[in-house]
Amino acid sequence: MLNMFQQHRNLQAQLLSRRWFLNECGVGLAGIAASSLLASETRAAEPAINPLAPKMPQFGAKAKRVIYIFQAGAPSHLELFDHKPELTKRNGQLPPAELLKGYRAAFINPNSALLGPKFKFAKHGQCGMELSEVLPHTSKIADEICLIRSLQTEAVNHAPGQIMMNTGSQQFGRPSFGSWTLYGLGSESADLPGFVVLTSAKGTSGGASNYGCGFMPTMYGGTPFRSAGDPVLYLSNPKGIDQETQRSSLDALNQLNELSLQASNDPEIAARIHSYEMAYRLQASAPDLMNLGQESQATLDKYGIKSPKDGSFARNCLLARRLIERGVRFVQLFHEAWDQHGGLTAGVKQNALDTDQASAALVSDLKERGLLEDTIVIWGGEFGRTPMVQGGNDGRDHHNRCFSVWLAGGGIKPGMTHGVTDDFGFNVASDPVHVHDLHATLLHLLGFDHTRLTFRFQGRDYRLTDVHGKIVQQILS
Amino acid sequence: MPIRFSSCLFLLIACQVPVRAAAPIDFQRDIQPILAENCTLCHGGDAAERKSGLRLDLREPALKGGDSGAAAIVPGQFDKSELILRITSTDPNEVMPPPKHKSALSPTQIETLKQWIQEGAKYESHWAFKTPTQPAIPTASATHPVDAFVQSRLQTRNLSLSPAAENAALCRRLYLDLVGLPPSPQELTAFEQQGFEATVETLLKSERFGEKWARHWLDVARYSDTNGYEKDLPREQWMWRDWVINALNRDMPYNQFLIEQVAGDMLPGATQSQIIATGFLRNSMINEEGAIIPELFRMAEMFDRVDCVGKAVLGLTTQCAQCHTHKFDPLTHDEYYGMFAFLNNSYEAQSWVYTPEQLTAMAGIQTRIQEAEQRLRTLRPQWEQEFSAWEQATLKQQAEWEPLIATELGSISGLNHPTQEADRSLLMKGHTSNDVFMIAAPALNGVTGLRLEALNHRDLPHNGPGRSRLGTWAFSELEVLVKKPGTTEWEKQKLVNATADFSEAEQKQADGKKASGPVAHLIDGKDETTWNADRGIGRRNQPSVAVVQFEQPLVLPEGSQIKVAWRMTDMLGCLRLSLTRQAAPAAPPVNHAAILALQTPAASRSAEQNQALFTAWRTSLPEAKAINDEITALWNSLPQAGTSILHLAEREPTNHRTTYLLERGNWDQPTRPISPHTPAAFHPFPADAPQNRLGFARWLTDPKSPLTARVAVNRVWQSMFGTGLVETPEDFGTRAPVPEYLELLDWLAVDFMQHGWSQKHLIRTIVTSATYRQTSQPSPQLLERDPNNVWLARGPRFRADAEVVRDIALSVSGLITHKTGGPSIIPPVPQNVLDYNYVYPAYWKPAEGPERYRRTLYGFRKRSMPDPAMSNFDAPNGDLACARRLRSNTPLAALTGLNEPIFVEASRALAIRILKEGGKTDADRASYAFFLCTSRRPTDLERQAVLTLLQSRRQRLADGWLNAREVATGNPDQLPALPAETTPQDAAAWTLASRVLLNLDETISKK
Repeated sequence: MLNMFQQHRNLQAQLLSRRWFLNECGVGLAGIAASSLLASETRAAEPAINPLAPKMPQFGAKAKRVIYIFQAGAPSHLELFDHKPELTKRNGQLPPAELLKGYRAAFINPNSALLGPKFKFAKHGQCGMELSEVLPHTSKIADEICLIRSLQTEAVNHAPGQIMMNTGSQQFGRPSFGSWTLYGLGSESADLPGFVVLTSAKGTSGGASNYGCGFMPTMYGGTPFRSAGDPVLYLSNPKGIDQETQRSSLDALNQLNELSLQASNDPEIAARIHSYEMAYRLQASAPDLMNLGQESQATLDKYGIKSPKDGSFARNCLLARRLIERGVRFVQLFHEAWDQHGGLTAGVKQNALDTDQASAALVSDLKERGLLEDTIVIWGGEFGRTPMVQGGNDGRDHHNRCFSVWLAGGGIKPGMTHGVTDDFGFNVASDPVHVHDLHATLLHLLGFDHTRLTFRFQGRDYRLTDVHGKIVQQILS
Repeated sequence: MPIRFSSCLFLLIACQVPVRAAAPIDFQRDIQPILAENCTLCHGGDAAERKSGLRLDLREPALKGGDSGAAAIVPGQFDKSELILRITSTDPNEVMPPPKHKSALSPTQIETLKQWIQEGAKYESHWAFKTPTQPAIPTASATHPVDAFVQSRLQTRNLSLSPAAENAALCRRLYLDLVGLPPSPQELTAFEQQGFEATVETLLKSERFGEKWARHWLDVARYSDTNGYEKDLPREQWMWRDWVINALNRDMPYNQFLIEQVAGDMLPGATQSQIIATGFLRNSMINEEGAIIPELFRMAEMFDRVDCVGKAVLGLTTQCAQCHTHKFDPLTHDEYYGMFAFLNNSYEAQSWVYTPEQLTAMAGIQTRIQEAEQRLRTLRPQWEQEFSAWEQATLKQQAEWEPLIATELGSISGLNHPTQEADRSLLMKGHTSNDVFMIAAPALNGVTGLRLEALNHRDLPHNGPGRSRLGTWAFSELEVLVKKPGTTEWEKQKLVNATADFSEAEQKQADGKKASGPVAHLIDGKDETTWNADRGIGRRNQPSVAVVQFEQPLVLPEGSQIKVAWRMTDMLGCLRLSLTRQAAPAAPPVNHAAILALQTPAASRSAEQNQALFTAWRTSLPEAKAINDEITALWNSLPQAGTSILHLAEREPTNHRTTYLLERGNWDQPTRPISPHTPAAFHPFPADAPQNRLGFARWLTDPKSPLTARVAVNRVWQSMFGTGLVETPEDFGTRAPVPEYLELLDWLAVDFMQHGWSQKHLIRTIVTSATYRQTSQPSPQLLERDPNNVWLARGPRFRADAEVVRDIALSVSGLITHKTGGPSIIPPVPQNVLDYNYVYPAYWKPAEGPERYRRTLYGFRKRSMPDPAMSNFDAPNGDLACARRLRSNTPLAALTGLNEPIFVEASRALAIRILKEGGKTDADRASYAFFLCTSRRPTDLERQAVLTLLQSRRQRLADGWLNAREVATGNPDQLPALPAETTPQDAAAWTLASRVLLNLDETISKK
């Protein structure tokens, strides 16, 4: 059995060997060179010149798209999602000695006083999901989401932790989840990249490797869309060049490249012509995408967008919906703001103000538009925070033994809570979910057996889940 | 563009095609891939994973069979072979591979296995693990060995080599391959006159040669100008990059090239250059995140080093064996850590790098210092007795000091996790912290004083003891607290009478609060005042000592604890704390380096220690003031280096680091000690060779090495043909497709070694072949039969590497600035990229003027923010070794070529060049412009396409739609630098045409 990448190459070899490419595609491209946009009849040519053409998953998929809201810096599960009254009772006391056996914290001496949660919790929705008072909007969609309280990872430092969440490995150099998705499913958007990245707050610890393609070809990497300057790098033509000139220039370029193609028979030239046409379409589609003037005031208000041009998280949430509507396969939001070693109360409150409303609005907006059923939304960071205090009485250290994320949409059981942590929010008491398990489950929803979505590199068939991962059946609808 | 990736598959298909009836089975090509792909994951070398006790990767155990006792293979009788029975079984419980693996064998594969068993089931060890021998050159009409190998295989396919490419195309190919730049019109003319061979020689001698070929090594050596991870701070490592360029330009033999990079520091009389070379293994990422455990990330660096040696030198995948025995290749878990052990006994050092002039000046100063010291000896004939008496008196003055052993060690901030070393010193690597403490529980009754030694350590910048850029430190405050048994309160102790071997003179800041220098600041209760002991240039990186007294000797019951806490403004990297009971302890005004030397037995003192002693003695002589002053002045005249290098230094035998096998590759799960050793499947490690990094480097470059030369040859081949003879340069193992031209690879590898490992000889050999010179224009029939050019019946054609694409634009526009070496150049990067760094790179000030247009090789590489213009053309970001770039073809690359500032500036400059040099008419200019970009004159159709664009743009300019100045300069108010008799409209129209020409497939491709 050949792996997917081999199958893909196989297809290309066949296409070439049938001379299909030369006879049909060459002519086809000559025809389109002068026209402004690639016509739909050339779609047949795409498998050879566009490896990102849509592909079928391995089996019936529940979800076709992903929006991954990455809350970088490690949001405190104890202030947001995992209510621990016992911590309030024991506030200021040392943790039980047996709890700390073999435990290593990043900054603090683990034998530090316990710190009670800073916020009140209440039950919400028909499902009675217990959530923090700082998440009033998320509380309203409690019946739409699945909260996992028992996620676990190995990393306790930010960069390796973020890389782990996004690539399934703490070692740099592996493809990100978005890359795997694009590699498996291709892109349905003819005008936009298949994997788009949006950032608010500041740069992340993991940097570009968080959405990189690792050892896969570059085309599977995430493309950042930016709130200031060009939404896509180098999208604007040089100063003084208008739209008509750009079109004429590309017509000339295509014509010249077409002559080369005829003379040399090298199919790579056809792919190059295609990439310039894609670039041209992107010049129109990216600004169109970013133009929130097309949205109603009601929508902007729903997301809490104050200015349609700011670089806020709220704006990125709305852009995520617009990207998904345009057929983009994978959208990833990064919001690096959650590393509350100190200033926990104010920091979490502010972050919640910045993210709660828009996150909830995104889910309900997707639902209203019928997109939620085949779009997975993921909300979470790279690890959790210690029940023990750091510094005076208003900070928490990194904690990898349990943390919370929520999921919604595409085949996820709504209105449920999965996994239970102990009274301290320190260890998982039941139903642990490792990062690899989460990845396996998400790939399953996208129609892939995580053990068989492989990419051969250095003689090894790599997987997003390395050699681990089991599907969390309980959270599937 | 993945079309090229498919050659791997193609080979796989090729070897699965039913074997020509009469042709006997070739184990390597026909059987090995089937076993490696389908069987050996469970029935291979990894005993832990082996199912049913069956092993199929070796003949003997396969004949014997597994736990069932049935022979898996009965030679000559496939129908009695359990292997065949199982793979053909229809019983889901019996059939192999098990149905859940969803990888049933094809009928062809089954027939192949049957035929192989019928023919005797011969095994061969994997070709890549056998020392290459030089195969006989096949008899063919060709005289060039490369062509003979290629022709003889092509003949079996009824093919022959394609004709040579046209001169211009050949010249361009040669320039792009040898120096990474397109030929200028003059160089094309020279090529016509001199001919091919002479041009090859010219290019091999060009300084641009090393710049082009360095890039390939930089990829696999994961070169970067930053440390990676979250902080991703800049590092000074460009001297190593320049070392590579220089070594390639000098054609340093490849074996020497490797030895110096792996162990140059250990060569006898190692030069600065040889130490710089070891920067190779230091190109690993360094994590500086807060609160990290330094050893965890040192291990990550070590894994990276082994991975890099595997990919760069051995063509061997090693990562699997980090956690367990390799499933496909002969590398056990144990052997992995055996190789790891060779590299593990190193310090991660940083040293200054001096220019040759500075080195000469320094040698002169050293000579004069020695002469002055010799004069002192001559003046004091009894000096030896005096010196010895001084030594004994000084030693006698030393109090008894008992080092503290930490029961707890940490930093208040939690940012730093210190460790205690065997000599009781505290090492503080990882993120810096300004407040560190240690708790200990020695017998405390009667203790009178505390000693703090600032010590050197090779893991610190310039040997420390501090962690500032200079290796210096500034110590704010030292506090001691005690806790009696059964109490919870720490009682602060009053400290008095701080003394030190050396303090800087007092320096007060203008604010009247901050002050630095005297040791008294240690205990003055003020954090804004510091003790500093920088003795000046050339002497600053030496140990220091301070002693403080307790106001009253401690009176404490047994079981009491002591906590020492200290704060620093510039962190000290290594220190040791000790206690004494001697009355009124003090630090003598003798450099602590001399005291440490005195405490070393005379016979085992190093030259530096003897020098430290002599210096301490001579400075103790009041009557030697004149000579001492003279020597001080000489020290002060030493030059300051302009840059430094991260490199390796071997740990001393007294500080040897033991390597342990790590369970599942977890840094904190060591199981048993592993001594340095090499994998059994490879050539033996010589019995008399040292079991250290240098021995390993020599073993790597042993001519008996099965892989070193082959991997080097393959890398060179790959860079010229787009794909290696082995398609996976990072993996020559059993899962790699058997190369179509294995014999050619071996012939070249042996020839390479026989010619002194000369890379220039190798390159010359390849490019002078007819195979290299073929036209890259395939006939449709050939394209159909061999879409990926595995058979080499045509020349290579592929898009150039990122750096070459940019250098082409710089070169044809005339912007390029040629200068070899130097600090990395900051390229322009959009502000919205800069804004999303975790730590904002305030140093990111894009180069202006000629420096801006240096070759792309010199561009600053920031790991977490790779230059998007490079990434979009598939340049790796240096996170880890990259032996092969995958070429893709994306709209982002197209936008880069059209709109990225450097490319835009190139289009404007090219326009002016065309107007200046290209003649008076647009037709002439179109022809010239096309020629500059592609090295050939356009066809009529091509010229017409350019002219059509020009005419329509001229019209649009005339109609006022476009502002000529803005198009030509980016500024509507600025006039371009126009040649005589040209207008801004000319410049604008040609800027637009140039932008198109710079983006032509042919411009950015090698063909």
